[in-house]
Amino acid sequence: KTLANSTLIGVFQQRNLEGYVGFANLPNQVYRKSVKRGFEFTLMVVGESGLGKSTLINSLFLTDLYSKEYPGPSQRIKKTVQVEQSKVLVKEGGVQLTLTIVDTPGFGDAVDNSNCWQPVINYIDSKCEDFLNAESRVNRRQMPDNRVHCCLYFIAPSGHGLKPLDIEFMKRLHDKVNIIPLIAKADTMTPEECQHFKKQIMKEIQEHKIKIYEFPDTEEDEDNKLIRKIKERMPLAVVGSNVVVEVNGRKVRGRQYPWGVAEVENGEHCDFTVLRNMLIRTHMQDLKDVTNNVHYENYRSRKLAAVTCNGVDGTKNKGQLTKSPLAQMEEERREHVMKMKKMESEMEQVFEMKVKEKKQKLKDSEAELERRHEQMKRNLEAQYKELEEKRRQFEEEKVNWEAQQRLLEQQKLDVSKTMEKNKKKGKIF
Amino acid sequence: MGGRDLFGYVGIEAVLDQMRRKTMKAGFEFNIMVVGQSGLGKSTLVNTLFKSKVSRKSCTPSYEEKISRTVHLKSVSHIIEEKGVKMRLTVIDTPGFGDQINNENCWDPIVKYINEQYEKYLTEELHITRKRRIPDTRVHCCVYFLPATGHRLRPIDVEFMKRLGKIVSIVPVIAKADTLTMDERLDFKQRIRQDLQASGIRVYPQKEYDEDVEDRIRNDKIRENIPFAVVGTDKEHQVNGNKVLGRKTKWGIIEVENVAHCEFANLRDLLVRSHLQDLKDVTHYIHYETYRVRRLNESNASVSGLSALPLENGITEKYEAQSQL
Repeated sequence: KTLANSTLIGVFQQRNLEGYVGFANLPNQVYRKSVKRGFEFTLMVVGESGLGKSTLINSLFLTDLYSKEYPGPSQRIKKTVQVEQSKVLVKEGGVQLTLTIVDTPGFGDAVDNSNCWQPVINYIDSKCEDFLNAESRVNRRQMPDNRVHCCLYFIAPSGHGLKPLDIEFMKRLHDKVNIIPLIAKADTMTPEECQHFKKQIMKEIQEHKIKIYEFPDTEEDEDNKLIRKIKERMPLAVVGSNVVVEVNGRKVRGRQYPWGVAEVENGEHCDFTVLRNMLIRTHMQDLKDVTNNVHYENYRSRKLAAVTCNGVDGTKNKGQLTKSPLAQMEEERREHVMKMKKMESEMEQVFEMKVKEKKQKLKDSEAELERRHEQMKRNLEAQYKELEEKRRQFEEEKVNWEAQQRLLEQQKLDVSKTMEKNKKKGKIF
Repeated sequence: MGGRDLFGYVGIEAVLDQMRRKTMKAGFEFNIMVVGQSGLGKSTLVNTLFKSKVSRKSCTPSYEEKISRTVHLKSVSHIIEEKGVKMRLTVIDTPGFGDQINNENCWDPIVKYINEQYEKYLTEELHITRKRRIPDTRVHCCVYFLPATGHRLRPIDVEFMKRLGKIVSIVPVIAKADTLTMDERLDFKQRIRQDLQASGIRVYPQKEYDEDVEDRIRNDKIRENIPFAVVGTDKEHQVNGNKVLGRKTKWGIIEVENVAHCEFANLRDLLVRSHLQDLKDVTHYIHYETYRVRRLNESNASVSGLSALPLENGITEKYEAQSQL
């Protein structure tokens, strides 16, 4: 058996084909199937009001998701933090994308913002739960994937560092969803201020051990260079706009100021193009994969282990959740022993109760017997007395009767005596 | 009393000169408080206003940029001089305001500080032997920094300005206004003015204290423009051969003193060039008097002298209750 295993693990020999087989066409097949099925992507935007979230979303997807009819989150603030989603279907080059944008009006806008992240956590968990339930069903034809694939967190451009609310939010959500922090309204900072701010933010993120979304390294060196460039620019400082203005004869999207035009798609002005390329053109699938393989699996193992876990405490490391099998067995054994003990004590209780009952019953019947015995005795005595009475009466009668008899006899004797006398006198014939 | 014409030169107008000389010798005191979340450019703006490094950031060697956990007030004083006129400028900073997750009552330390300054002045005034010039530490002006969200006033802004508008002159400004285009700026200002009116917040210059028509016209112009959208900087750049204070970005240079770019010049004129004395007067004759009346009524109701009552917001209700007795 071990020998067979070792040959399996051994080196696969690479064989050269002697003709064209055709499985090089596999990627195309996958491509065609995916295109037919269409893609889904859920993007969440979180940040205080007035940071340009709606504008950025409109700019990213070059469509007016947020407009006068459906205003952005800053216009829809209510008393508590809401989590709302809107779906839109976009088509490009024959590829369909069902885009769901989740926004959080009211986040961080009240005077007291304690726990304003809770509705967000609840939303993400509920979507994971839906998927878990759909996965566990018998009929799994339709499995809509509504899990949040990416969360864009908007940081206000203070120029100093992260706010306590930013740190708290990211700490709690970094192992539930891919967080991409963005510096909002980046046109408020000069390039030097921007650099300083970015450094400060990355320092604080590392200090607090926040795990933001990391770009995976690829095998090709060229791509790696690009990726490294992107990593250096994190967090991305963005500016959003869908207004077209003219600059030096070119028509560009940007913001018109009296002192110049801040161009949205100019890499020197802001990191918008980097964000768009990363989010949509190159890493959308990776975001979905990480959500599926890491965040969702975290959620799933947490849920299924049925260990009392603090679902809110997002600082639990992934390593702690997968217990070693021995520990798991030990725990189960302990559980089992406890169960047995419990059953034993229960049975003892039941037994005692039954014993008590029986004793009580016996006592009762004993008492009953006694009673009856008494009763019978009394009856007998009564009868005895009666009989005695009768006998006495009888005796009395007997005595009377005997007395009477004697009297009669006496009378008879007297009569016979007189008769004899009379005979003698010859009078009686 | 009818105005009489003089038939010769008397020399009454020389009084103005005498006043000028006296005030120049004595100098001015001005206490300005800056309130707002961290990162809104308060220190930079104060430095730009007085063209010198007067903010706490620039003068305290141990200045930390980290967000502090509680609100505490720190003040720095300087004496700056211009053309023989001396001004003792005190800048009161409020680090920690509005930066926490839970900002309930973050305005309390500020209210307490302002009332304490009034109390100090009052105690000095009531002394039997008074100093010739009572040191004036009362807050003459409170500049409140609003983040340039572009939407409307936030709950914390409304709460703060409601409470403090009653005890000090508030001048709201839109901080880091280089993030708003002209249209967005106008919209934002209009909405803020609407919100202010809806919440009953009175900011400087208050309509009720306009003394005459001239004042009213001047102040109306200001009132139509508040809050001022400001940008601050202490760096200079070359624009068209001139050295200007500005912020250099990749798409242009924002000239701080150019009224076409931002309203810093308007704010400076208001605070320093035209309304400085008015701010002091309003503080002395109106806010301080309100405080004084309240305090003296309280002490009347409680037998002897001034009791060392702790100053809290609840005092207004107490005063009203007592005035009904």
